[in-house]
Amino acid sequence: MNSNHNRIATSNDVLKPAEIRDDIEFITRKLNINKWDLGASSSRDNSVQVFNGEAKQLKSSQRSSITVRVWNNKNLVGITSTSDFSQNGLSEALKTACEASFYGNKEETPEFSLLSLADIETTKPLLRKTSTIKLLFERLLQAESELLAKHKSINSVPYNGFSELDYERLYLNSLGSLRFHRNTQSSLYLYAKAQESHRKPRSGGSIKIGYGYEDINVEECIEEAANRTLSHLNYEPINTGKYLVCFSPEAFLDLMYAFSNIFNARSVLDGISLSSSKTLGSQIASSLLKVSDDSLHPANVGAIRFDGEGTPTKETVIIDNGKLISFIHSESTARRFGVNPTGHAGLGAKVSVSPEWLVVSRNNNSNSAQEDLNHLTTKSEFVLIENLNALHAGIKASQGSFSLPFDGWLVKNGERISVESATIAGDIRYLLNNIVQIESDSLDTHSGVSPHVWVNGLSVTGEK
Amino acid sequence: MSNLTSSTPKNNQDFLEIDLFNGILKQRLEELISYGITAGPDLVEIFLENVNNSSVLAEQDLITSVSPSFGKGVGIRVFLDGKDVFVSTNDLTRNGLFGSMDQALAMLGIEASTHPISKSSFLELSDVRNFGLCKNSIFEKVPKLDETTEILLRGTDLLSKKGNKVEVRRGNYSRNIQEVVVAASDGTYARDLRLYQSVGLNVLALDGEHRSSIGRRYGSSGNPRQLADWDIESSVDEICESANKMLYANYVEAGQMPAVLANRFGGVIFHEACGHLLETTQIERGTTPFIDKLDKKIAHECVTAIDEGLTNGAFGSIAMDDEGMESQRTVLIKDGILKQFISDRAGEIRTGYKRTGSGRRQSYAFPAASRMRNTYIDAGKYTPMQLIESIDKGIYCKSMGGGSVGATGQFNFSVEEGYLIENGKLTVPVKGATLIGEAKDIMPKITMCANDLDLAAGFCGSVSGNINVTVGQPHIKVESITVGGR
Repeated sequence: MNSNHNRIATSNDVLKPAEIRDDIEFITRKLNINKWDLGASSSRDNSVQVFNGEAKQLKSSQRSSITVRVWNNKNLVGITSTSDFSQNGLSEALKTACEASFYGNKEETPEFSLLSLADIETTKPLLRKTSTIKLLFERLLQAESELLAKHKSINSVPYNGFSELDYERLYLNSLGSLRFHRNTQSSLYLYAKAQESHRKPRSGGSIKIGYGYEDINVEECIEEAANRTLSHLNYEPINTGKYLVCFSPEAFLDLMYAFSNIFNARSVLDGISLSSSKTLGSQIASSLLKVSDDSLHPANVGAIRFDGEGTPTKETVIIDNGKLISFIHSESTARRFGVNPTGHAGLGAKVSVSPEWLVVSRNNNSNSAQEDLNHLTTKSEFVLIENLNALHAGIKASQGSFSLPFDGWLVKNGERISVESATIAGDIRYLLNNIVQIESDSLDTHSGVSPHVWVNGLSVTGEK
Repeated sequence: MSNLTSSTPKNNQDFLEIDLFNGILKQRLEELISYGITAGPDLVEIFLENVNNSSVLAEQDLITSVSPSFGKGVGIRVFLDGKDVFVSTNDLTRNGLFGSMDQALAMLGIEASTHPISKSSFLELSDVRNFGLCKNSIFEKVPKLDETTEILLRGTDLLSKKGNKVEVRRGNYSRNIQEVVVAASDGTYARDLRLYQSVGLNVLALDGEHRSSIGRRYGSSGNPRQLADWDIESSVDEICESANKMLYANYVEAGQMPAVLANRFGGVIFHEACGHLLETTQIERGTTPFIDKLDKKIAHECVTAIDEGLTNGAFGSIAMDDEGMESQRTVLIKDGILKQFISDRAGEIRTGYKRTGSGRRQSYAFPAASRMRNTYIDAGKYTPMQLIESIDKGIYCKSMGGGSVGATGQFNFSVEEGYLIENGKLTVPVKGATLIGEAKDIMPKITMCANDLDLAAGFCGSVSGNINVTVGQPHIKVESITVGGR
């Protein structure tokens, strides 16, 4: 084993890196494959759902998969994935990958990331011992009961779940790279439904994520789910028009992930980004905005220290002072742009690139903010967006447009009235350039970190 | 986790192996089920799956990705007193499977015993219902990589020749072969061999600041010739025409207005707005407004809606469901009256509605749930033009994007290609529209159905994962709907 892995697998781990390497080296020698790499993962998880004081479903699973990638004698790449880790299974996968390599892309061949051999800062991952499914079930049952007792109008908790995940990931290549990572994660979600007589049902929820069962603040989840649900009981249709809009941290992050093609080098090279190579260094947003991607951020419970090509993950500043500073890269896109890979690659015949953990913050050098805007204290009228829905349907990422249903409130003189059946629409470039305030307090969410972000003049369609 | 094996899942000595179907598989399934039933559950069900998949991506004039995969796994579900537990694994060794069974039983607070509790008896599996008997030649008949890559590149080449402003061209193909065996302690023993293929083309057209992206996807089940028989030219013509029209489209003005939704993928409105709410999983959760509406009017009398798994070659067709039950035709709504719900095994146990052959799952890793198959509004008596001519000012939704339905029945879906209707005629193209509303409000507002029923393939993501479905309808008119725009 080389020194470049961040943790040596132990007898408690499912994946056995040394055994897999031995098997692969034996088979590749037989098949005359000189250049290969692989990514493997394994997960064990328990999850429970309840309904009306009874178990709705209790689930447990164990899954493992491996993707092998080979280079043929013309340096063309082929891959195959399988769940069969036997020598026969791996042999079959490698043979199939060889066949697929004949169709490899002649114009852009992935190579090993040279950073796959770089040292990774060794820190002991925070691994929690898994609890029993009985414990998860009993605590969720209690949580459902407590949430129902919060208010007489809360009549069910139709969507809920408590789960624990034990996850391993492995990267190996024929250069000698060996990366292994294991983490544990637990999550709780409670989504309540409330209804008052002669009114429509309303809903709201909360999600909590931690390293293990003991890290989940169940009471806080119950409180948030209840408060959010009850805050939508007093609802009205909203007038169609242009509004000053405040996005919650979750909602703003959802938009940034949905339009991540703006800073995704793969999308730029494929011609489906709103940016081009010439956009680097140009102003694409209000000077208030700073965006980084930081997989290793302390709030990222599922942080993995290397990407699908074995490149160490690290913080990458993407937008600063509203200027596009950097794209996120795989090995091949980085090579095309003449920079280092940033640790955002998947593993495939065509390597995907994706953000891991976005951190949105306010650029302190900017003085263009409307400092009086604060989602808790502002008296003038604005729309506060709690959640954006149906992102898979209402986002046209390559066009920059969005038209999305949302949960939120019309806030007037500090009073919140829930908005019934409305959508918000616009263009992401307009939105980024019309940010008028980024609040100072950031929130750690389950997908990243962001404060509340204010944008002027967005279109809201309501039923009035 | 505590009971699952903690070794890399090598399967040199798999206990359950579909390749043993003509040999000792039945005996081994009986052994595993017998072991589980000694603990006294109401039912033990085993779902065994082998998959062999391949996907190919062509971009511009190159093949940029060929991704084969294969795998296997088992899902074990155990019912007791209306509850069910589920364990999935791809460790198919004897230890792995019996360990998984132990874990499932333990989740119910019971354990296998040498002195069985006689609550449920299990003697043997029935004779197999082999729905895959005549399909074994699928592997030889599906297109080879040479043929697949050639056809996709022909598609992207035609897009280049016919797409005036088309800058980005993509063609993709996926082929899934899934062999499943279902066995349960009520004697169920069934096998199927399934072939699903889909092929699609996508473009991004550009002209200065103007952009339009258009895609079409076609799917089939059980038809190895789908790719070879695909009318590429017609698909390319349709895509290029739509991309060019939408390139200079203005954003739609938001508001309430009547709408005509085109046939084929326009059926996503029924799928999202109503179909999901007729699944027994929604009844169990109490999240459907139709819970107490059986034999009551929930839609305009022009609406008859069907969910079935029988249409030959349709993407949502299944010979048997993932609980081993033969597929069927289920009339959901007849002349506006709710007639039936979509039910699976758990749904029947927990709601009392009879199974409809609709227990479906993405893979062994998901327990089956009540899910749609080929779901459509039946044809009506009008021509599509009569619907358009009946509207003074509204929107024509020629092509729909995806959509979803929330916990309170609120639905939404995006319009990929839309046109204004003015004085009974189609006029200018519009973009950026989203249709939103409440399921129970919209069904009575479907007031006209045309005579041109057609189906379109799609994927549906829900509690039991992503599954192939077909949506469909004739052209329909909705009297009034909220259109989100700018």
